[in-house]
Amino acid sequence: MVLTLFFSIMPANRFNGFTEYGIGVGLRIPHYNHILERKPLVDWFEIISENYMIDGGRPLAILDRILEQYRVVQHGVSMYFGSAEKLNREHLRRLKALVKRTKTPWLTDHLCWGSVDGKYSHDLLPMPYTFEAAKVTARKVREARDYLEVPIAVENVSSYAEFHVSEMTEWEFLNEVVERADCGILLDVNNIYVSSRNHNFDAYEYLNSVPPERVAQIHIAGHSKFTKYILDTHDHPVIDPVWKLYDHAIQRVGPTATLLEWDDRIPSFDEVHAQALKAEKYLAAPAVL
Amino acid sequence: MKLLQLQREMAASIMQPLTPSDRISPKAKSGFIKPNDRLTSRERLEIYSKSYWYRLIDGMYEDFPGLRAVVGQRAFDRLIRAYLTDCPSRSFTMRNLGSQLESWLRKNPKYAAKKNPLALDMVKLEWAHIEAWDGKAEPALGPEDLLELGPNLKIGLQPHIHLLELKYPVDDLRVRVNTEDHETSSNAPVKKARRMIAGVDMKPRQIFLAVHRYDLEIYYRRLEPEEFRLLHALRNGRNLGRALSACCKGSRTPIGELQKNLEHWFSTWAQLGWFCRS
Repeated sequence: MVLTLFFSIMPANRFNGFTEYGIGVGLRIPHYNHILERKPLVDWFEIISENYMIDGGRPLAILDRILEQYRVVQHGVSMYFGSAEKLNREHLRRLKALVKRTKTPWLTDHLCWGSVDGKYSHDLLPMPYTFEAAKVTARKVREARDYLEVPIAVENVSSYAEFHVSEMTEWEFLNEVVERADCGILLDVNNIYVSSRNHNFDAYEYLNSVPPERVAQIHIAGHSKFTKYILDTHDHPVIDPVWKLYDHAIQRVGPTATLLEWDDRIPSFDEVHAQALKAEKYLAAPAVL
Repeated sequence: MKLLQLQREMAASIMQPLTPSDRISPKAKSGFIKPNDRLTSRERLEIYSKSYWYRLIDGMYEDFPGLRAVVGQRAFDRLIRAYLTDCPSRSFTMRNLGSQLESWLRKNPKYAAKKNPLALDMVKLEWAHIEAWDGKAEPALGPEDLLELGPNLKIGLQPHIHLLELKYPVDDLRVRVNTEDHETSSNAPVKKARRMIAGVDMKPRQIFLAVHRYDLEIYYRRLEPEEFRLLHALRNGRNLGRALSACCKGSRTPIGELQKNLEHWFSTWAQLGWFCRS
Protein backbone atom coordinates (compact mmCIF):
# COMPACT_ATOMS: atom_id res chain seq x y z
CA MET A 1 0.00 0.00 0.00
CA VAL A 2 1.25 3.47 -0.86
CA LEU A 3 0.67 6.18 1.73
CA THR A 4 0.89 9.81 0.74
CA LEU A 5 1.66 12.23 3.54
CA PHE A 6 2.20 15.95 3.65
CA PHE A 7 4.95 16.97 6.01
CA SER A 8 3.99 20.18 7.73
CA ILE A 9 7.01 20.28 10.00
CA MET A 10 10.66 19.46 9.77
CA PRO A 11 11.64 16.13 11.28
CA ALA A 12 13.09 17.36 14.52
CA ASN A 13 15.33 14.72 15.97
CA ARG A 14 17.93 14.37 18.67
CA PHE A 15 20.72 14.93 16.13
CA ASN A 16 19.57 18.45 15.27
CA GLY A 17 18.59 19.39 18.78
CA PHE A 18 14.88 18.75 18.07
CA THR A 19 14.73 21.87 15.93
CA GLU A 20 12.62 22.59 12.88
CA TYR A 21 14.89 24.71 10.72
CA GLY A 22 14.07 25.30 7.07
CA ILE A 23 16.31 26.57 4.29
CA GLY A 24 19.56 28.21 5.27
CA VAL A 25 22.39 30.00 3.54
CA GLY A 26 26.11 29.95 4.29
CA LEU A 27 27.20 33.22 5.92
CA ARG A 28 29.96 34.68 3.73
CA ILE A 29 31.98 37.91 3.96
CA PRO A 30 30.76 39.47 0.68
CA HIS A 31 27.19 39.31 2.00
CA TYR A 32 27.78 40.84 5.43
CA ASN A 33 26.66 44.36 4.53
CA HIS A 34 23.62 43.22 2.58
CA ILE A 35 22.43 41.03 5.44
CA LEU A 36 23.00 43.63 8.14
CA GLU A 37 21.47 46.50 6.17
CA ARG A 38 18.61 44.78 4.34
CA LYS A 39 17.83 42.13 6.96
CA PRO A 40 16.59 39.54 4.41
CA LEU A 41 14.16 36.91 5.60
CA VAL A 42 16.33 33.81 5.99
CA ASP A 43 15.50 30.76 8.11
CA TRP A 44 19.04 30.37 9.38
CA PHE A 45 22.70 30.87 8.56
CA GLU A 46 25.47 28.34 8.62
CA ILE A 47 28.87 29.63 9.69
CA ILE A 48 32.30 28.10 9.20
CA SER A 49 33.26 27.66 12.86
CA GLU A 50 36.98 28.17 12.32
CA ASN A 51 36.41 31.70 10.99
CA TYR A 52 35.04 32.74 14.37
CA MET A 53 37.23 30.74 16.75
CA ILE A 54 39.24 33.87 17.50
CA ASP A 55 39.69 36.29 20.38
CA GLY A 56 38.01 39.40 18.97
CA GLY A 57 37.68 41.82 16.10
CA ARG A 58 35.35 42.32 13.19
CA PRO A 59 34.37 38.67 12.49
CA LEU A 60 33.04 38.19 16.02
CA ALA A 61 31.39 41.62 16.06
CA ILE A 62 29.57 40.80 12.81
CA LEU A 63 28.61 37.39 14.15
CA ASP A 64 27.12 38.96 17.27
CA ARG A 65 24.99 41.28 15.13
CA ILE A 66 23.85 38.32 13.02
CA LEU A 67 23.00 36.38 16.18
CA GLU A 68 20.75 39.20 17.34
CA GLN A 69 18.50 38.60 14.34
CA TYR A 70 19.09 35.11 12.99
CA ARG A 71 19.53 31.49 13.99
CA VAL A 72 23.02 30.17 13.34
CA VAL A 73 24.33 26.64 12.96
CA GLN A 74 28.04 25.88 13.15
CA HIS A 75 29.85 23.90 10.47
CA GLY A 76 33.49 22.97 10.98
CA VAL A 77 36.22 22.14 8.52
CA SER A 78 39.15 21.00 10.65
CA MET A 79 38.04 18.74 13.48
CA TYR A 80 39.32 15.79 11.45
CA PHE A 81 37.40 13.06 13.25
CA GLY A 82 39.09 10.55 10.94
CA SER A 83 42.69 11.49 11.71
CA ALA A 84 44.52 8.81 13.67
CA GLU A 85 45.85 11.40 16.10
CA LYS A 86 43.98 12.72 19.12
CA LEU A 87 41.56 15.65 18.98
CA ASN A 88 43.28 19.03 19.30
CA ARG A 89 42.44 20.37 22.77
CA GLU A 90 42.97 24.01 21.80
CA HIS A 91 40.59 23.52 18.89
CA LEU A 92 37.98 22.01 21.18
CA ARG A 93 38.38 24.77 23.76
CA ARG A 94 37.84 27.50 21.20
CA LEU A 95 35.00 25.60 19.55
CA LYS A 96 33.20 25.25 22.87
CA ALA A 97 33.49 28.98 23.50
CA LEU A 98 31.90 29.57 20.08
CA VAL A 99 29.15 27.02 20.76
CA LYS A 100 28.25 28.97 23.90
CA ARG A 101 28.21 32.20 21.90
CA THR A 102 26.07 30.98 18.99
CA LYS A 103 23.92 28.49 20.95
CA THR A 104 24.05 26.31 17.86
CA PRO A 105 21.46 23.54 18.34
CA TRP A 106 23.71 21.06 16.57
CA LEU A 107 27.20 21.13 15.16
CA THR A 108 28.63 19.57 12.03
CA ASP A 109 32.04 18.65 10.65
CA HIS A 110 33.30 16.28 8.02
CA LEU A 111 33.79 12.54 7.93
CA CYS A 112 37.38 12.84 6.82
CA TRP A 113 40.93 13.25 8.03
CA GLY A 114 43.38 16.07 7.38
CA SER A 115 46.16 16.11 9.93
CA VAL A 116 48.86 13.71 11.03
CA ASP A 117 51.68 14.09 13.56
CA GLY A 118 50.49 17.65 14.20
CA LYS A 119 50.80 18.73 10.56
CA TYR A 120 47.63 20.10 9.01
CA SER A 121 46.67 19.76 5.34
CA HIS A 122 43.65 22.09 5.66
CA ASP A 123 41.91 19.74 3.27
CA LEU A 124 39.11 17.21 3.59
CA LEU A 125 41.04 14.03 2.87
CA PRO A 126 39.16 10.78 2.16
CA MET A 127 38.95 7.97 4.67
CA PRO A 128 40.07 4.43 4.08
CA TYR A 129 36.83 2.53 4.67
CA THR A 130 38.15 0.10 7.28
CA PHE A 131 36.74 -1.07 10.58
CA GLU A 132 39.80 0.33 12.36
CA ALA A 133 39.16 3.77 10.85
CA ALA A 134 35.45 3.60 11.74
CA LYS A 135 36.32 2.76 15.33
CA VAL A 136 38.85 5.59 15.66
CA THR A 137 36.51 8.09 14.02
CA ALA A 138 33.50 7.13 16.11
CA ARG A 139 35.51 7.37 19.33
CA LYS A 140 36.61 10.90 18.45
CA VAL A 141 33.08 11.99 17.55
CA ARG A 142 31.91 10.77 20.95
CA GLU A 143 34.78 12.54 22.73
CA ALA A 144 34.01 15.80 20.94
CA ARG A 145 30.29 15.57 21.68
CA ASP A 146 30.91 14.82 25.35
CA TYR A 147 33.20 17.84 25.64
CA LEU A 148 31.14 20.25 23.56
CA GLU A 149 27.78 19.13 24.98
CA VAL A 150 25.97 19.60 21.69
CA PRO A 151 24.69 17.05 19.14
CA ILE A 152 27.16 16.35 16.34
CA ALA A 153 26.40 15.37 12.75
CA VAL A 154 29.12 14.20 10.35
CA GLU A 155 29.14 15.18 6.69
CA ASN A 156 30.02 12.81 3.87
CA VAL A 157 32.76 14.46 1.79
CA SER A 158 33.32 14.44 -1.95
CA SER A 159 36.39 12.43 -2.87
CA TYR A 160 38.74 11.88 -5.74
CA ALA A 161 40.59 8.78 -4.52
CA GLU A 162 39.87 5.36 -3.04
CA PHE A 163 42.16 3.09 -1.05
CA HIS A 164 43.19 -0.52 -1.64
CA VAL A 165 42.77 -1.22 2.08
CA SER A 166 39.07 -0.31 2.15
CA GLU A 167 36.90 -3.10 3.50
CA MET A 168 33.48 -1.64 2.71
CA THR A 169 31.67 0.97 0.61
CA GLU A 170 31.53 4.61 1.60
CA TRP A 171 27.91 4.36 2.72
CA GLU A 172 28.63 1.26 4.77
CA PHE A 173 31.49 3.16 6.40
CA LEU A 174 29.22 6.13 7.12
CA ASN A 175 26.70 3.82 8.75
CA GLU A 176 29.41 2.05 10.73
CA VAL A 177 30.69 5.37 12.11
CA VAL A 178 27.33 6.93 12.97
CA GLU A 179 26.08 3.74 14.63
CA ARG A 180 29.25 3.39 16.71
CA ALA A 181 29.28 7.10 17.60
CA ASP A 182 25.50 7.36 17.88
CA CYS A 183 25.71 10.67 16.02
CA GLY A 184 23.81 12.42 13.27
CA ILE A 185 24.48 12.82 9.56
CA LEU A 186 24.87 15.98 7.55
CA LEU A 187 23.88 14.53 4.23
CA ASP A 188 25.60 16.34 1.37
CA VAL A 189 23.75 15.23 -1.74
CA ASN A 190 26.12 17.12 -4.03
CA ASN A 191 29.05 15.26 -2.49
CA ILE A 192 27.28 11.96 -3.08
CA TYR A 193 26.76 12.94 -6.72
CA VAL A 194 30.40 14.05 -7.16
CA SER A 195 31.81 10.91 -5.55
CA SER A 196 29.39 8.64 -7.45
CA ARG A 197 30.72 10.04 -10.72
CA ASN A 198 34.34 9.87 -9.60
CA HIS A 199 34.09 6.33 -8.28
CA ASN A 200 31.39 4.82 -10.52
CA PHE A 201 28.80 3.95 -7.92
CA ASP A 202 25.03 4.40 -7.85
CA ALA A 203 24.18 7.57 -5.92
CA TYR A 204 20.67 6.26 -5.23
CA GLU A 205 22.04 3.07 -3.68
CA TYR A 206 24.06 5.32 -1.36
CA LEU A 207 21.03 7.46 -0.47
CA ASN A 208 18.85 4.42 0.12
CA SER A 209 21.31 3.06 2.63
CA VAL A 210 21.43 6.20 4.78
CA PRO A 211 19.48 5.77 8.05
CA PRO A 212 16.80 8.50 7.70
CA GLU A 213 16.36 8.90 11.43
CA ARG A 214 19.95 10.10 11.79
CA VAL A 215 19.85 12.85 9.16
CA ALA A 216 20.15 16.17 10.98
CA GLN A 217 20.73 18.43 7.99
CA ILE A 218 21.25 18.41 4.22
CA HIS A 219 23.79 20.26 2.09
CA ILE A 220 23.32 21.16 -1.55
CA ALA A 221 25.91 22.86 -3.77
CA GLY A 222 27.27 23.24 -7.26
CA HIS A 223 30.41 21.66 -8.65
CA SER A 224 32.75 21.77 -11.66
CA LYS A 225 33.06 19.08 -14.30
CA PHE A 226 36.44 18.21 -15.75
CA THR A 227 37.27 15.67 -18.44
CA LYS A 228 38.14 12.81 -16.12
CA TYR A 229 36.60 13.79 -12.82
CA ILE A 230 34.26 16.19 -11.03
CA LEU A 231 35.42 18.70 -8.45
CA ASP A 232 33.36 19.94 -5.51
CA THR A 233 34.01 23.63 -6.10
CA HIS A 234 30.89 25.24 -4.57
CA ASP A 235 31.03 27.90 -7.28
CA HIS A 236 28.05 27.06 -9.50
CA PRO A 237 24.29 26.68 -9.17
CA VAL A 238 22.98 23.25 -8.20
CA ILE A 239 22.51 21.05 -11.28
CA ASP A 240 19.32 19.10 -12.04
CA PRO A 241 20.68 15.62 -11.23
CA VAL A 242 21.63 16.91 -7.77
CA TRP A 243 18.15 18.40 -7.28
CA LYS A 244 16.73 14.98 -8.22
CA LEU A 245 18.94 13.35 -5.62
CA TYR A 246 17.81 15.98 -3.13
CA ASP A 247 14.18 15.21 -3.99
CA HIS A 248 14.85 11.53 -3.36
CA ALA A 249 16.61 12.30 -0.09
CA ILE A 250 13.68 14.41 1.12
CA GLN A 251 11.25 11.65 0.23
CA ARG A 252 13.29 9.24 2.34
CA VAL A 253 14.09 11.40 5.37
CA GLY A 254 11.29 13.98 5.27
CA PRO A 255 11.70 17.75 4.98
CA THR A 256 15.02 18.49 6.63
CA ALA A 257 17.02 21.61 7.44
CA THR A 258 18.77 22.35 4.15
CA LEU A 259 21.69 24.58 3.36
CA LEU A 260 23.10 25.82 0.07
CA GLU A 261 26.90 26.13 0.01
CA TRP A 262 28.41 28.74 -2.30
CA ASP A 263 32.03 29.49 -1.46
CA ASP A 264 33.81 30.71 -4.55
CA ARG A 265 32.91 33.24 -7.26
CA ILE A 266 30.12 34.20 -4.89
CA PRO A 267 27.22 36.03 -6.57
CA SER A 268 24.91 38.53 -4.87
CA PHE A 269 23.12 37.49 -1.71
CA ASP A 270 19.78 37.57 -3.52
CA GLU A 271 21.06 35.17 -6.16
CA VAL A 272 22.44 32.74 -3.60
CA HIS A 273 19.27 32.93 -1.52
CA ALA A 274 17.05 32.43 -4.57
CA GLN A 275 19.07 29.35 -5.48
CA ALA A 276 18.67 27.99 -1.95
CA LEU A 277 14.93 28.63 -1.97
CA LYS A 278 14.54 26.32 -4.96
CA ALA A 279 14.65 23.59 -2.31
CA GLU A 280 11.20 24.76 -1.15
CA LYS A 281 9.33 22.93 -3.86
CA TYR A 282 10.87 19.62 -2.78
CA LEU A 283 10.35 20.33 0.91
CA ALA A 284 6.69 21.12 0.28
CA ALA A 285 6.07 18.14 -1.99
CA PRO A 286 4.24 15.06 -0.73
CA ALA A 287 6.42 12.18 0.30
CA VAL A 288 5.58 8.70 -0.85
CA LEU A 289 6.24 6.08 1.80
CA MET B 1 48.13 -0.99 6.37
CA LYS B 2 47.23 0.68 9.67
CA LEU B 3 45.36 3.99 9.66
CA LEU B 4 48.23 6.02 11.08
CA GLN B 5 50.75 4.57 8.63
CA LEU B 6 48.44 5.22 5.68
CA GLN B 7 47.80 8.79 6.76
CA ARG B 8 51.51 9.44 7.27
CA GLU B 9 52.30 8.11 3.79
CA MET B 10 49.54 10.07 2.12
CA ALA B 11 50.34 13.29 3.95
CA ALA B 12 54.04 12.96 3.14
CA SER B 13 53.19 12.42 -0.51
CA ILE B 14 50.75 15.29 -0.97
CA MET B 15 52.96 17.67 1.00
CA GLN B 16 55.96 17.02 -1.27
CA PRO B 17 56.57 20.25 -3.23
CA LEU B 18 54.98 20.31 -6.66
CA THR B 19 57.29 20.29 -9.69
CA PRO B 20 58.04 23.59 -11.49
CA SER B 21 55.14 22.78 -13.84
CA ASP B 22 52.85 22.21 -10.84
CA ARG B 23 52.68 18.43 -11.15
CA ILE B 24 52.87 16.02 -8.23
CA SER B 25 56.39 15.35 -6.99
CA PRO B 26 58.15 12.30 -8.46
CA LYS B 27 59.00 11.42 -4.82
CA ALA B 28 55.31 11.01 -3.93
CA LYS B 29 54.16 7.42 -3.26
CA SER B 30 50.74 6.51 -4.58
CA GLY B 31 50.63 2.72 -4.32
CA PHE B 32 47.96 2.84 -1.60
CA ILE B 33 45.48 4.57 -3.95
CA LYS B 34 43.26 2.55 -6.29
CA PRO B 35 43.30 3.59 -9.94
CA ASN B 36 39.99 3.81 -11.81
CA ASP B 37 39.04 3.58 -15.48
CA ARG B 38 40.03 7.22 -16.11
CA LEU B 39 42.83 8.06 -13.66
CA THR B 40 45.94 6.30 -12.41
CA SER B 41 46.71 6.14 -8.69
CA ARG B 42 49.21 8.92 -9.19
CA GLU B 43 46.75 11.17 -11.03
CA ARG B 44 44.20 10.71 -8.27
CA LEU B 45 46.75 11.56 -5.61
CA GLU B 46 47.84 14.56 -7.66
CA ILE B 47 44.39 16.13 -7.22
CA TYR B 48 45.02 16.20 -3.47
CA SER B 49 48.61 17.36 -3.75
CA LYS B 50 47.59 20.29 -5.95
CA SER B 51 44.70 21.07 -3.62
CA TYR B 52 47.06 21.17 -0.64
CA TRP B 53 49.57 23.47 -2.31
CA TYR B 54 47.08 25.80 -4.00
CA ARG B 55 45.10 26.22 -0.81
CA LEU B 56 48.13 27.08 1.32
CA ILE B 57 49.72 29.27 -1.34
CA ASP B 58 46.42 31.14 -1.64
CA GLY B 59 46.43 31.66 2.11
CA MET B 60 49.93 33.15 1.99
CA TYR B 61 48.95 35.43 -0.92
CA GLU B 62 46.08 36.76 1.15
CA ASP B 63 48.10 37.23 4.31
CA PHE B 64 51.32 38.68 2.85
CA PRO B 65 50.46 40.89 -0.14
CA GLY B 66 53.06 43.42 1.02
CA LEU B 67 55.86 40.85 0.97
CA ARG B 68 54.79 39.90 -2.54
CA ALA B 69 55.01 43.57 -3.53
CA VAL B 70 58.51 43.80 -2.05
CA VAL B 71 60.11 40.72 -3.58
CA GLY B 72 58.00 40.44 -6.74
CA GLN B 73 55.75 37.68 -7.97
CA ARG B 74 58.31 35.03 -8.94
CA ALA B 75 60.50 35.39 -5.84
CA PHE B 76 57.39 35.41 -3.64
CA ASP B 77 56.16 32.19 -5.17
CA ARG B 78 59.55 30.50 -4.62
CA LEU B 79 59.77 31.90 -1.10
CA ILE B 80 56.36 30.75 0.12
CA ARG B 81 56.70 27.29 -1.41
CA ALA B 82 60.07 26.87 0.34
CA TYR B 83 58.61 28.21 3.59
CA LEU B 84 55.60 25.90 3.49
CA THR B 85 57.90 22.96 2.73
CA ASP B 86 60.04 23.72 5.79
CA CYS B 87 57.20 24.91 8.03
CA PRO B 88 53.98 23.01 7.25
CA SER B 89 50.92 24.22 9.13
CA ARG B 90 50.76 23.06 12.73
CA SER B 91 47.52 24.80 13.58
CA PHE B 92 43.90 23.86 12.96
CA THR B 93 43.38 27.28 11.43
CA MET B 94 45.02 28.72 8.32
CA ARG B 95 45.08 32.03 10.15
CA ASN B 96 48.37 30.89 11.72
CA LEU B 97 49.99 29.81 8.45
CA GLY B 98 52.53 32.64 8.47
CA SER B 99 53.39 32.52 12.17
CA GLN B 100 56.93 31.19 11.51
CA LEU B 101 57.66 33.26 8.42
CA GLU B 102 59.79 35.94 10.08
CA SER B 103 62.06 33.47 11.90
CA TRP B 104 62.26 31.28 8.79
CA LEU B 105 63.19 34.21 6.57
CA ARG B 106 65.96 35.22 9.00
CA LYS B 107 67.47 31.77 8.58
CA ASN B 108 66.86 31.71 4.82
CA PRO B 109 67.74 35.20 3.56
CA LYS B 110 68.52 33.98 0.04
CA TYR B 111 64.81 33.92 -0.86
CA ALA B 112 64.57 37.70 -0.59
CA ALA B 113 68.23 38.24 -1.57
CA LYS B 114 69.38 41.84 -1.09
CA LYS B 115 65.86 42.89 -0.12
CA ASN B 116 65.85 40.66 2.95
CA PRO B 117 65.93 43.48 5.56
CA LEU B 118 63.03 45.19 3.81
CA ALA B 119 61.20 41.86 3.40
CA LEU B 120 61.65 41.10 7.11
CA ASP B 121 60.15 44.44 8.08
CA MET B 122 57.17 43.82 5.81
CA VAL B 123 56.65 40.34 7.27
CA LYS B 124 56.74 41.80 10.80
CA LEU B 125 54.11 44.35 9.82
CA GLU B 126 51.88 41.85 8.04
CA TRP B 127 51.99 39.36 10.91
CA ALA B 128 51.17 42.18 13.35
CA HIS B 129 48.25 43.08 11.06
CA ILE B 130 46.90 39.52 11.33
CA GLU B 131 47.31 39.52 15.10
CA ALA B 132 45.67 42.93 15.46
CA TRP B 133 42.73 41.95 13.22
CA ASP B 134 41.33 39.32 15.57
CA GLY B 135 43.25 39.94 18.80
CA LYS B 136 41.45 40.28 22.10
CA ALA B 137 40.10 43.65 23.22
CA GLU B 138 39.73 44.22 26.95
CA PRO B 139 37.36 46.87 28.37
CA ALA B 140 39.08 50.18 27.67
CA LEU B 141 40.04 52.67 30.34
CA GLY B 142 38.56 56.06 29.45
CA PRO B 143 40.08 59.52 30.04
CA GLU B 144 38.22 59.71 33.36
CA ASP B 145 39.94 56.51 34.55
CA LEU B 146 43.33 58.02 33.75
CA LEU B 147 42.66 61.02 36.00
CA GLU B 148 43.29 58.72 38.94
CA LEU B 149 46.68 57.66 37.63
CA GLY B 150 49.57 57.71 40.01
CA PRO B 151 53.23 56.80 39.47
CA ASN B 152 52.79 53.29 40.92
CA LEU B 153 49.70 52.44 38.93
CA LYS B 154 50.09 49.75 36.32
CA ILE B 155 48.06 50.10 33.17
CA GLY B 156 48.00 47.63 30.35
CA LEU B 157 47.89 48.00 26.62
CA GLN B 158 45.13 46.36 24.64
CA PRO B 159 46.27 42.88 23.54
CA HIS B 160 45.48 43.71 19.89
CA ILE B 161 48.07 46.52 19.78
CA HIS B 162 51.45 45.58 18.31
CA LEU B 163 54.45 47.88 18.62
CA LEU B 164 57.06 47.67 15.89
CA GLU B 165 60.46 49.20 15.43
CA LEU B 166 61.21 49.04 11.71
CA LYS B 167 64.17 49.92 9.52
CA TYR B 168 61.96 50.76 6.53
CA PRO B 169 58.71 52.77 6.22
CA VAL B 170 56.83 49.69 4.97
CA ASP B 171 53.48 50.90 6.30
CA ASP B 172 52.94 53.22 3.32
CA LEU B 173 53.53 50.40 0.85
CA ARG B 174 51.31 47.98 2.74
CA VAL B 175 48.44 50.46 2.74
CA ARG B 176 48.64 50.63 -1.05
CA VAL B 177 48.47 46.88 -1.46
CA ASN B 178 45.06 45.31 -1.60
CA THR B 179 44.30 41.90 -0.30
CA GLU B 180 41.63 39.48 -1.49
CA ASP B 181 38.90 37.93 0.58
CA HIS B 182 38.63 34.22 0.34
CA GLU B 183 37.00 31.51 2.37
CA THR B 184 35.70 28.12 1.48
CA SER B 185 34.55 24.84 2.88
CA SER B 186 35.00 22.87 -0.32
CA ASN B 187 38.02 20.68 -0.93
CA ALA B 188 38.56 21.65 -4.55
CA PRO B 189 42.08 22.33 -5.85
CA VAL B 190 41.53 25.60 -7.65
CA LYS B 191 44.52 27.72 -8.55
CA LYS B 192 43.78 31.43 -8.48
CA ALA B 193 44.86 33.63 -11.35
CA ARG B 194 47.43 36.14 -10.11
CA ARG B 195 48.53 39.41 -11.62
CA MET B 196 52.28 39.39 -12.17
CA ILE B 197 54.06 42.12 -10.24
CA ALA B 198 57.66 43.21 -10.05
CA GLY B 199 59.25 43.88 -6.67
CA VAL B 200 59.48 47.41 -5.30
CA ASP B 201 62.37 48.88 -3.38
CA MET B 202 62.66 51.68 -0.83
CA LYS B 203 65.34 53.51 1.11
CA PRO B 204 65.83 52.63 4.77
CA ARG B 205 64.38 55.05 7.31
CA GLN B 206 63.70 54.01 10.87
CA ILE B 207 60.10 54.24 11.97
CA PHE B 208 58.17 53.29 15.10
CA LEU B 209 54.70 51.95 14.54
CA ALA B 210 51.64 50.84 16.46
CA VAL B 211 49.46 48.37 14.58
CA HIS B 212 46.07 48.57 16.26
CA ARG B 213 42.36 48.08 15.82
CA TYR B 214 39.84 50.87 16.11
CA ASP B 215 36.17 50.52 15.32
CA LEU B 216 36.94 47.05 13.91
CA GLU B 217 39.40 48.36 11.31
CA ILE B 218 43.20 48.05 11.38
CA TYR B 219 45.31 51.19 11.51
CA TYR B 220 49.04 51.83 11.38
CA ARG B 221 49.95 54.73 13.65
CA ARG B 222 53.44 56.22 13.44
CA LEU B 223 54.97 56.89 16.86
CA GLU B 224 57.65 59.24 18.12
CA PRO B 225 60.67 57.38 19.59
CA GLU B 226 59.76 58.52 23.13
CA GLU B 227 56.16 57.52 22.57
CA PHE B 228 57.29 54.08 21.42
CA ARG B 229 59.57 53.63 24.44
CA LEU B 230 56.81 54.55 26.86
CA LEU B 231 54.27 52.22 25.29
CA HIS B 232 56.85 49.47 25.03
CA ALA B 233 57.59 49.79 28.74
CA LEU B 234 53.88 49.62 29.59
CA ARG B 235 53.51 46.56 27.36
CA ASN B 236 56.34 44.95 29.30
CA GLY B 237 54.48 45.46 32.57
CA ARG B 238 56.37 48.47 33.92
CA ASN B 239 54.42 50.79 36.20
CA LEU B 240 53.73 54.27 34.95
CA GLY B 241 56.65 55.87 36.77
CA ARG B 242 59.20 53.47 35.30
CA ALA B 243 57.59 53.68 31.89
CA LEU B 244 57.95 57.48 31.97
CA SER B 245 61.61 57.08 32.94
CA ALA B 246 62.13 54.78 29.97
CA CYS B 247 60.42 57.36 27.77
CA CYS B 248 62.65 60.22 28.89
CA LYS B 249 65.91 58.26 28.90
CA GLY B 250 68.11 59.51 26.07
CA SER B 251 65.42 61.83 24.75
CA ARG B 252 66.69 65.00 23.08
CA THR B 253 63.30 66.64 23.28
CA PRO B 254 63.26 69.63 25.66
CA ILE B 255 61.46 68.73 28.90
CA GLY B 256 58.72 71.32 28.39
CA GLU B 257 57.90 70.01 24.96
CA LEU B 258 58.03 66.43 26.21
CA GLN B 259 55.50 67.29 28.93
CA LYS B 260 53.13 68.72 26.33
CA ASN B 261 53.67 65.66 24.15
CA LEU B 262 52.90 63.34 27.05
CA GLU B 263 49.61 65.11 27.74
CA HIS B 264 48.69 64.87 24.07
CA TRP B 265 49.74 61.22 23.76
CA PHE B 266 47.87 60.09 26.86
CA SER B 267 44.77 61.90 25.73
CA THR B 268 44.99 60.33 22.26
CA TRP B 269 45.71 56.82 23.55
CA ALA B 270 42.80 57.04 25.95
CA GLN B 271 40.49 58.22 23.16
CA LEU B 272 41.65 55.34 21.00
CA GLY B 273 40.90 52.95 23.84
CA TRP B 274 44.44 51.65 24.01
CA PHE B 275 44.58 51.30 27.78
CA CYS B 276 43.11 48.51 29.82
CA ARG B 277 43.61 47.09 33.30
CA SER B 278 47.02 45.50 33.65
